[in-house]
Amino acid sequence: MKLRHNKNFTAGAVITGLMLAVILVGMVWTPYDPNAMNGRAKMLAPCLTHPLGTDNFGRDILSRVVEGAGATFLIAAATVAIGLFAGLVIGGVTGWYGGWLDEIVMRFNDAVTAFPSILLALVLIALFGSGKYKIIIALGVLFVPSFARIVRAEVARQKSLDYVASARLMGAGDMRILFLHILPNIVPVLLPSVAIGFNNAVLAEASMSYLGVGVRPPDASLGRMLNEAQGYLLSAPWYALSTGAAIILLILGFGLLSEGLGGENGAA
Amino acid sequence: MAVTLLLISLLAFLAFQLIPGDPVTKLLGSDYTPERAEALREEMGLNRNVLVRYWDWLSGFVTGDMGDSYNYGMSVRQVMAGKGVVTAALSLMAWLLVIAISIPLGITLARWQGGRLDRVFVAMNQVFMAIPPFFLGILFTYVFGLVLKLFVPGGAVSPRDDFWGFLGYLAFPALAIAIPKAAMVTKLLRSSILNQMGQDYVRTAYSRGNSRWSVIRGHVLRNAILPVVTFVAMTLADIVAGSIVVEQVFALPGLGRLLLASIGNRDYPVVQCIVVIIAFIVVFMNYLADVVTQYIDPRIRLG
Repeated sequence: MKLRHNKNFTAGAVITGLMLAVILVGMVWTPYDPNAMNGRAKMLAPCLTHPLGTDNFGRDILSRVVEGAGATFLIAAATVAIGLFAGLVIGGVTGWYGGWLDEIVMRFNDAVTAFPSILLALVLIALFGSGKYKIIIALGVLFVPSFARIVRAEVARQKSLDYVASARLMGAGDMRILFLHILPNIVPVLLPSVAIGFNNAVLAEASMSYLGVGVRPPDASLGRMLNEAQGYLLSAPWYALSTGAAIILLILGFGLLSEGLGGENGAA
Repeated sequence: MAVTLLLISLLAFLAFQLIPGDPVTKLLGSDYTPERAEALREEMGLNRNVLVRYWDWLSGFVTGDMGDSYNYGMSVRQVMAGKGVVTAALSLMAWLLVIAISIPLGITLARWQGGRLDRVFVAMNQVFMAIPPFFLGILFTYVFGLVLKLFVPGGAVSPRDDFWGFLGYLAFPALAIAIPKAAMVTKLLRSSILNQMGQDYVRTAYSRGNSRWSVIRGHVLRNAILPVVTFVAMTLADIVAGSIVVEQVFALPGLGRLLLASIGNRDYPVVQCIVVIIAFIVVFMNYLADVVTQYIDPRIRLG
């Protein structure tokens, strides 16, 4: 992979790198306390002291966007981590052993992937209630089938290759072959899906928090901020615009990365 | 397809049996006595085997009897009646917009590959794909609703009162849902056509004196459109799900709002019903995609 000459990858890396840097800085320092209200500075337009203006409680929007982006990023990352880990185990085992277990799991997978992910997430929220950790678990579980499917297909393809037979001749056990020999070989196929999964997670979390069934008030979230901002579109359009821009940049960065890595966008 | 449908409905049904809490307690409220609860349970058939209840629910669902809502004091069917129309119209409009935008655009871009329009598209495409539909909806509310005053945000009209006004109001949310999807489909169609352009049969067609346009129109399109058909069919599912969120942005009285309200009220028969209907749409669209691909390419046999 010639990543250095790949425009998409470079642009994606730059955007994602900048967002990550801002998020990391935001974890230790923001210009203002994101939750500090200021009665004398309500609904300020962007100016020197408040680069993105202030909201209806006089809170600094830049600080809030940075904090919200951090929260959204962590939720999406945790979600993808859950989905990826479980997907690796389930996809690896079913792809390697095949048979009736494979048949059943993949049938179940088909049924689950038939639901749009936001809808399924809403169902899980309906069953178990909302909140940050419940969102992470609900979305994480939802991403398992798509990762499992990709891993399974790749493992099934790789297991008939010569290097697997050689490893077996050397006396390597099933799990050793699966996770030490095959896994590194499917990483290139997996990376774009991870980026797409991350984007789907950002979108799902933002949508659900926007709908009021996601992250709950003491926790920050870009989606929830957009919900608030919509009420002040006419008096403070910069509130919605800067929050939305943060979501777009997060998704755009990873979208470009996935494109640069050779993935098909929107295919997950 | 039948197996998947059965499995989906079973999953949806079982999921709502796992909920902590008892509908009987909620329905009786302050009238709760153990005897009354038992009687109501008997009346609602909650004492019977889960699979028996599943069968009852499924056969009711298929014949149009979808049970009763816990909250509204009427049948699920009545609760959903006017709402389904809104969601269906919105989704369908968005879906047709996706097709109407992306098919001509994708073909045009491939025809003049490397031209000005093509370069602008390649540069901007990722941005369009990255915009969440509900944020696009908020932008539209601001630009077209509040600044240009082309529509009144939150002022949805009923299709019975003013059919064209209803469609006009839907145009903005439909566009908000359609644009990110249209960007994806355009990109897919463009690259699918360009992939075909290197094939031997294209060289043969050129050597017979065809222009680039007549090669694309007469030979390439039929092959290039196959993966696009499957993808376009699958986007309808995403669009229906996306409309749940976008309905909220534009205060449209559709299934999405009903679903959210029902989740808030723990009105599970309604939630269950909406979920199963959307899942059925997804499965049906996938099936339809298979049928259409087979029609375009007779070599593909339905499995």
